[in-house]
Amino acid sequence: MIQVENLSVQAGTFVLNDVNFEIPSGACAVLMGRTGSGKTTLLEALCGLRPVLRGVIRLGNRDVTNMEPGCRGIGYVPQDRALFQTMTVRENLAFGLVIRGEVPDEIQRRVGELAAMLGLEKLLDRKPQNLSGGEAQRVALGRALAIRPSFLCLDEPLSALDEETREEMYGVLEMVHQMARVTTLHVTHNPSEARRLADLVLRIENGRVSVVSGP
Amino acid sequence: MNESMSSSVGAPGRRSSILFVAGLAVIGGLYVLLIIAMVVADAAYTTPAQVLAALRDENIRYAIKLSLLSCSLTALLSLWVGIPLGYLLSRWKFPGKGLVEAVLDIPIVLPPLVLGLSLLILFQTPVGRMIESVVPVTYAVPSVILAQFSVACAFAVQTMRVTFDQIHPRAEQVALTLGCTRAQAFWHVTLPEAWRGVLTAGTLAWARALGEFGPILVFSGATRQKTEVLSTSVFLELSVGNLEAAVAVSLLMIFAAIAALILVRWGGSWAVFQRGLEP
Repeated sequence: MIQVENLSVQAGTFVLNDVNFEIPSGACAVLMGRTGSGKTTLLEALCGLRPVLRGVIRLGNRDVTNMEPGCRGIGYVPQDRALFQTMTVRENLAFGLVIRGEVPDEIQRRVGELAAMLGLEKLLDRKPQNLSGGEAQRVALGRALAIRPSFLCLDEPLSALDEETREEMYGVLEMVHQMARVTTLHVTHNPSEARRLADLVLRIENGRVSVVSGP
Repeated sequence: MNESMSSSVGAPGRRSSILFVAGLAVIGGLYVLLIIAMVVADAAYTTPAQVLAALRDENIRYAIKLSLLSCSLTALLSLWVGIPLGYLLSRWKFPGKGLVEAVLDIPIVLPPLVLGLSLLILFQTPVGRMIESVVPVTYAVPSVILAQFSVACAFAVQTMRVTFDQIHPRAEQVALTLGCTRAQAFWHVTLPEAWRGVLTAGTLAWARALGEFGPILVFSGATRQKTEVLSTSVFLELSVGNLEAAVAVSLLMIFAAIAALILVRWGGSWAVFQRGLEP
């Protein structure tokens, strides 16, 4: 469960005020709103990448409001994917596990498992510069899932993809959601994405978040 | 009707464009020609035999060794300071940041002789004398490195700042969510992505150090076999009227500078290099 209570976050002169919402465990919530409405700011606050002025963020039963990003158990896929450019796909997928001190055998096994799930087996030795948009998106998703997060934050993951790749990625996201059962917050401004993927639709407008349709 | 109108309007426009571009090319071309003419004149003035004779001279060999050693140490020290400072300035806002940036521009805009004099006076203060009592600096080899470093490091900082500005912090943020500390995100993600900038900053610092003369003359003196670097050699040879040797040493420095430029073009980031030169 992701629970946000009276949350206020500032990004420059922009302020999100008294944000309240709750996403049940295992659900996929889609957060919609216009460009510049604060979707990314809210996502960054959830991930611990932006300081919170007031309020509480709970993930599961833990208050993570002031917790370091790496301790929150969130897999984060930013809008621009932000793959590690000097690493291969294999190293990108393994990164979180290496940093967390996993044993090499387990890292290899997990990378293989993710590569099979996301169709990345033939791309493991490529660098991000040599990937298509859809491939890069799958790597970014795999890198986030590698640490077995309980929560997934996706920032407009399909916005830069063509129609065909987007359709393919819908399938991937549905499969990931079904297999990993992670509680997901998916940011988009595309209504068809919301219809396709959402258990719960949230709308962000004028610095406030409202529930449009419930689970 | 329309076609004839557009051609009658377009013709003077094209002519004016051609004249404008030709004007730019002539003005710019004159400067490019001046640079090429200077290098060609140096090369034509001397012969390979004179260059070899200069290379055999004991004093000049010492100057080459000291130049290579001091420039390399200066480049390393400049990176050692330039990488963290460039990263700090690129990623964080803090009180007095504008002042720090202005201070970092001082070595770039200060007249070289004034910089040398300032270093000389600094080492006459109680703190400077205390350092001198442990390690002799003024008129000794450390003064050469310090004089080079005080200018070259400012260029390395600027170059690294531009490099980090061009690397979006998003990848670092992802690394944080995957369990990295800030330091781990920097070492594993950002610094490897900045390698071209690091190479550029190091080469730029090395080349600046090689060309440094004013601060070295004032702070280190021009003592043969002690604080003589290549730029000092040119000065010393000129002062005794040995123009051939001065030109031969100058050619060596030109070759070294061209090698540095090729290294930057080949491996480093040319855009970062150019922006790093801006004060």
